[in-house]
Amino acid sequence: MSKFSDGMRTLTGGRGLSQYSMIIALVAIILVFEIWTGGYTLDPTNVINMVQQYSYILILAIGMVMLIIAGHIDLSVGSVAAFVGIVVAQSMAVWHLPAGLAMLLGLVVGALVGAWQGFWVAYVRVPAFIVTLAGQLIFRGANQVVGNSTAVPTPDSYNWIGNGFLPDFGPDFGYSNPTLILGLVVIAALIWKEVHDRRKRVRMGASPQPVWVSVVRLVLLCGITIFATFLFATGRVGTSFPIVGIIAGVLILVYSFVTSSTVFGRHIYAVGGNASAAVLSGVKSRGVNFLLMMNMSILAAVAGMVFVGNAQASGPFDGTGWELDAIAAVFVGGAAIFGGVGTVAGSIIGAFVMAFLANGLSLLGLDASWVSIIRGLVLLAAVAFDVYNKTQGRPSIIGLLLGGFRRKKPNITEEAIQAQPQGLEKPSGDQVDKVPLS
Amino acid sequence: MANAPILEMRGITKRFPGVVALSDVSMTVTRGEIHAICGENGAGKSTLMKVLSGVYPYGTYEGEIIYEGEEVRFSDTKQSESAGIAIIHQELALIPQLSITENLFLGNEISRFGTIDWVASQKRARELLDLVGLHEDPDALIRTLGVGKQQLVEIAKALHKDVKLLILDEPTAALNEAESQHLLDLLTGFKASGMTAILISHKLNEVQRVADSITIIRDGKTVETLDVTAGGVDEDRIIRGMVGRSLESRFPQRTPRIGETFFEVRNWTVQHPVDPDRLVCKDESFYVRRGEIVGFAGLMGAGRTELAMSVFGRSYGTYLGGEIIKDGRPIQITNVHEAIENGMGYVSEDRKTLGLNLLDTVKRATVSARLEKISRAGVVDELKEYQIAEEYRQALRIKANSVDEGVSKLSGGNQQKVVLAKWMFTDPELLILDEPTRGIDVGAKYEIYNIINQLAAQGKGIVLISSELPELLGMSDRIYTIFEGQITNVLPAEQADPESLMVSMTSTRRTRQAA
Repeated sequence: MSKFSDGMRTLTGGRGLSQYSMIIALVAIILVFEIWTGGYTLDPTNVINMVQQYSYILILAIGMVMLIIAGHIDLSVGSVAAFVGIVVAQSMAVWHLPAGLAMLLGLVVGALVGAWQGFWVAYVRVPAFIVTLAGQLIFRGANQVVGNSTAVPTPDSYNWIGNGFLPDFGPDFGYSNPTLILGLVVIAALIWKEVHDRRKRVRMGASPQPVWVSVVRLVLLCGITIFATFLFATGRVGTSFPIVGIIAGVLILVYSFVTSSTVFGRHIYAVGGNASAAVLSGVKSRGVNFLLMMNMSILAAVAGMVFVGNAQASGPFDGTGWELDAIAAVFVGGAAIFGGVGTVAGSIIGAFVMAFLANGLSLLGLDASWVSIIRGLVLLAAVAFDVYNKTQGRPSIIGLLLGGFRRKKPNITEEAIQAQPQGLEKPSGDQVDKVPLS
Repeated sequence: MANAPILEMRGITKRFPGVVALSDVSMTVTRGEIHAICGENGAGKSTLMKVLSGVYPYGTYEGEIIYEGEEVRFSDTKQSESAGIAIIHQELALIPQLSITENLFLGNEISRFGTIDWVASQKRARELLDLVGLHEDPDALIRTLGVGKQQLVEIAKALHKDVKLLILDEPTAALNEAESQHLLDLLTGFKASGMTAILISHKLNEVQRVADSITIIRDGKTVETLDVTAGGVDEDRIIRGMVGRSLESRFPQRTPRIGETFFEVRNWTVQHPVDPDRLVCKDESFYVRRGEIVGFAGLMGAGRTELAMSVFGRSYGTYLGGEIIKDGRPIQITNVHEAIENGMGYVSEDRKTLGLNLLDTVKRATVSARLEKISRAGVVDELKEYQIAEEYRQALRIKANSVDEGVSKLSGGNQQKVVLAKWMFTDPELLILDEPTRGIDVGAKYEIYNIINQLAAQGKGIVLISSELPELLGMSDRIYTIFEGQITNVLPAEQADPESLMVSMTSTRRTRQAA
């Protein structure tokens, strides 16, 4: 491995091809549609619309990736979102709750739904697939019961969370001031984080990263930020960065931190990577599973409420097919089908891929049925790629980019161990029946 | 028809990468006899049978197999089956959700015009079940039967294929006394009707009772073949053949400094997790002193792992009774988390399925059992994680490029060191090591022995479970023997020898040395 390729690997966060290739794919998709639609894809109005329209995928993907890492899945998110949406809408229409209180109610309802599903998954040990399939039916029905199968409009004081923007202030430069400030804050944070990470690595005594890696990464990220800042700041008058974008952004930051740096986050990966080993290491896997199910439903509640705000009404068919959007985003974003692998950041990239695909194709005037077919193929290709990677032993990015001469060495040590005579009696000395550990 | 050999295996050598599993093994089985194969765990008995039945196809081993007077070269198990050789493995190969009839003819269905002839199948099934003395409805599902009856179904299945040579690998390991008796009677009956059987068993009393001759294998080599019919062969004689190797100096020197008893288990009784009729631990009591290495000897299925795991936070089976006393006070431990908090650690027997998350890096695995130690308000301090992992990597000489390396890329010995590091990091007072050197090469074994000795020198109590008697004798201060879920004996290591241990591992009778 050359220095360059090592650098490339650190640049991609050491995760190799999977995530990196998704970023490339995302950029490629955006560029292709940008050209194809004659520059309309990256038009401020379209981008702002997209954020408002598809932010639900981002929010759901966060919860979904955590569940999938732990080896579960949630098929009920669309129905739960719709149920919470109608409860919130009705609470304002019938009980005249103020918007803030209605949102709080929405979160509580989401938590209760999550506790219900978590109970079955974690304590009765019904597979999440079944519990949430039931939940999909139950909460879709509940939505129609609460809303009498009709749409319930929501007041403007509420719709702000779905279709609002950062309020403008200060002198008029022709740009949206709050968006510019937000952009600056993000850039400052990026630089601070890069410096902080470099310091941490040095203190860990790890080989210091080449400076060019940091510079390239910073330039790329800041470039994207600046570009996005101007996009959002130059929309039509009265627009700026959407509130839903802020909500999604904060959630992404918080959950990235939770999954990567907390004890709870480690436990999620442990349960998904090897549940038996996790239990034998003192992880309370039931608690982890319960919290994850509950968390997913709370995030579904947020997604549902944001969506209702943007649509200005809660309807009986809200959230149809959302679970598939979220699951697709997670797998496109590099999570493994069998659990234990995945990141929030990756899933967000996956969500962007799915959103830009849907948006670009519909901008081209493609029929919704064709959009659906193409998105399905993309999902299949992404997961097939993941499976292929697994069977080949993960190839390095560079190895693949430079023609794939270097095949991974087969792991002979493992075979040798299995081949040892004592292993042949059956790998274990005592016949311990395979029973679930918790 | 006596005296004509049905099977001769000559000079069988089977190599795996880096290991010679069988070296020049020869054995002759006379037609119409019950021929037993005895040897310690890992001696190569099962490998030999896999060579015979074609699991390892011709060409992957050296030597020749003469069967029914002709040299045979099986390339898969189908061929050996059609030649009349049937092997019944320890792990039963029945499908629990299907009926007895369906299982009996699986892959050999009795059909007419492509559809299954259920009438003929049922009739044949009844005949076969009668042959093995199993009085069950052929429509009964396999999962409703106990292990003993399932074993009989397996044998009936073999009979359907017109078997001439029946190989049974530890057939009675999971059976109770009455079921074992029935099975052995059945074998004797088959013998009378001319069938030949090869019996692999750890239960020497059974071997002695039914076998006509015994081939003893040790470390992949044939030691001797005993003619039981000629008389003079008893269990002690078999044991001498099985363990008769010298103890080389494969173990580091250590001067034990043993303190007071700090950990005690009394009357520990645990039920099998699925089969409520089976007790995996029967009223077992033992104690561990500070700085002491306590060995647990027992043959496969004796219940060593079950005892260890059920004591470690009740992670196996259903707890029925017994208490744990630590530092003179009874403590309640109902889950693994509490066990760890009470200073226990358990290095599992199977590091790949129970010990490690193979997706982890070295540093993540090292701290995974006690994340609280390096976190504040639920946030992991990654700097400390790195430093600690690095410390252990150097102290235990884990061969990894860095602590960021994935554990799946390490060799078995280094993976085991990571598991040890993980449990050392929890700072246990009692560390249970279940087969800590299984599947590890000799050099790494020595290093792991050193680590174990260091831990003992720090005053920790060590429970060492091992199938290798030399390892137990070389490492332990005191050795318990377990047989069928019961502790049958306890000996100070200096008074123990392989023969006396083997006696207590194969029966409940006590040795003369036991005071």
